[in-house]
Amino acid sequence: MKNLYLIAYLDLKESMRAKWFLVYSLVFGGLIALFFIAGVTESQVMGFSGLSRLLLMYIQITIVILPIFILITTVRSISGDRDNHILEYMLSFAISLRQYYWGKIIGRFVTVYMPVFLAMVIAIVYGWAIGAAIPWGIFFLYTGLLFSLSSAFLGIAFFISSFVKSSEVALGVAFFIWIFLLAFIDIALISLMMQNRFSEELIITLALLNPMEIFRIAAISLFDPELTVMGPVAFTILDTMSQMKFVLLSIGYPIVLGLAFAYAGFSIFKKKDLV
Amino acid sequence: MIKVNNLTKKFGQNISLNNVSCEFKKNDYIALMGANGAGKTTLIRSILGYYHPDEGNVLIDGLDPIKQRVEVLTNISFVPQLPPPIKLSIEELMNYVSISSGIDKDLIKHYSNEMKLDINANMNKSFFKLSGGMKQKLLIAISLAKKSGIIIYDEPTANLDPKARDDFYRLLKQNEEDKVLLFVTHRLEEVEELVNRQIYMDLGTITSDERVS
Ligand SMILES: Nc1ncnc2c1ncn2[C@@H]1O[C@H](COP(=O)(O)OP(=O)(O)OP(=O)(O)O)[C@@H](O)[C@H]1O
Ligand SMILES: [Mg+2]
Repeated sequence: MKNLYLIAYLDLKESMRAKWFLVYSLVFGGLIALFFIAGVTESQVMGFSGLSRLLLMYIQITIVILPIFILITTVRSISGDRDNHILEYMLSFAISLRQYYWGKIIGRFVTVYMPVFLAMVIAIVYGWAIGAAIPWGIFFLYTGLLFSLSSAFLGIAFFISSFVKSSEVALGVAFFIWIFLLAFIDIALISLMMQNRFSEELIITLALLNPMEIFRIAAISLFDPELTVMGPVAFTILDTMSQMKFVLLSIGYPIVLGLAFAYAGFSIFKKKDLV
Repeated sequence: MIKVNNLTKKFGQNISLNNVSCEFKKNDYIALMGANGAGKTTLIRSILGYYHPDEGNVLIDGLDPIKQRVEVLTNISFVPQLPPPIKLSIEELMNYVSISSGIDKDLIKHYSNEMKLDINANMNKSFFKLSGGMKQKLLIAISLAKKSGIIIYDEPTANLDPKARDDFYRLLKQNEEDKVLLFVTHRLEEVEELVNRQIYMDLGTITSDERVS
């Protein structure tokens, strides 16, 4: 156990010194700041809806950019260490592969989750300071969603990292997956839907397999289901499933997905040549 | 202590180790030599359990270095051919090795001093920002402080100045008693004093293996 924490702790420290981490934190912190600056200008009415709207905007942007951030910064963690011979030295000490791999994952998880989480905390604290009502329900839902969003993509990233030969390829694969989940699936599903050849349930199931789609729908599920921004798939899902059930699904499923990918990555990592 | 049985390792079509068998016992101090690409590093990495062999196996004190890597590596000190660009600071790296392998930090400092490397002045520096020779000195100091029964060096002296090399050989001479020392080198004359066995490799096989005194 101590080795697991040791690896996690050192990876965390190393990441926090890295330039990408600075950029990463600035982006999410800056996003919140920007919203406040923009909001403050028209803010005689910074009541309940003000802070909720801010969190909603924040999470909608975060859902799009957090995965690619996680993928490109993490996908190289093991393959990069392998490329430049760091693994060859670090693994010559009495550390089991299990401790090394899961330690890295835990370290990375804290690294990627902390800034997005803190940005929301800052929003809440600042909102509270200027006297806005705090939408706790939304806050807790979104911290949960970001938690499971981070797990899902971290798992996918470590999975990729465990088998690609070089870090360039890893980057390419990561980018492809992001674009695929972000755009292609939606486009494909919409065209399927319009053709009317498949049952609605099938299309909805397909949509729900995509963690990004789940997050998008879950993020707005606390608001009025009549909202037009949701799109047809989201509307149908919220119409057929109870909100509570859907929220649990949207947090549970991506965590399971992330763990499954991470575990698959570990099996590959164990079976392959280490250097 | 180390037993290599009919070991074959291929990378695609390229056969890097071709049915290699050999045994290293306590008090064997081996100079491992051979042309570039002969398979020396591949052999060492197989002993460390990094490669899954195509044929054959390696046993270290009867243990499999892949399946029982923690037990096996507890007893091995290793310095690689190229010092890796580790981003940890010296202090963090020392924590890593001392927590994971129980290496005494004061001993690392002791051996660093012997090698004329001032660790205290560099504690917060990233490892990869040290000069090439300084990196190697630190890795050597760690390897000596680890007090393992097996010491494996893959050409550790490439970046050391002549003075540092002498320090290093002197320290090694003091520390090799009752151990296995496996030393990859291209300059036999430098380690002649230290070794009692010379192995030559070529094209993935051992071409000669002789004891010298
Ligand atoms: N990871 C790898 N992938 C593909 N081929 C490899 C790999 N590692 C080694 N080889 C090949 O195996 C052969 C032996 O390489 P090795 O590194 O063991 O040589 P070496 O004896 O250590 O040489 P040098 O004196 O240059 O260090 C070479 O032909 C090399 O190209
Ligand atoms: Mg070599």
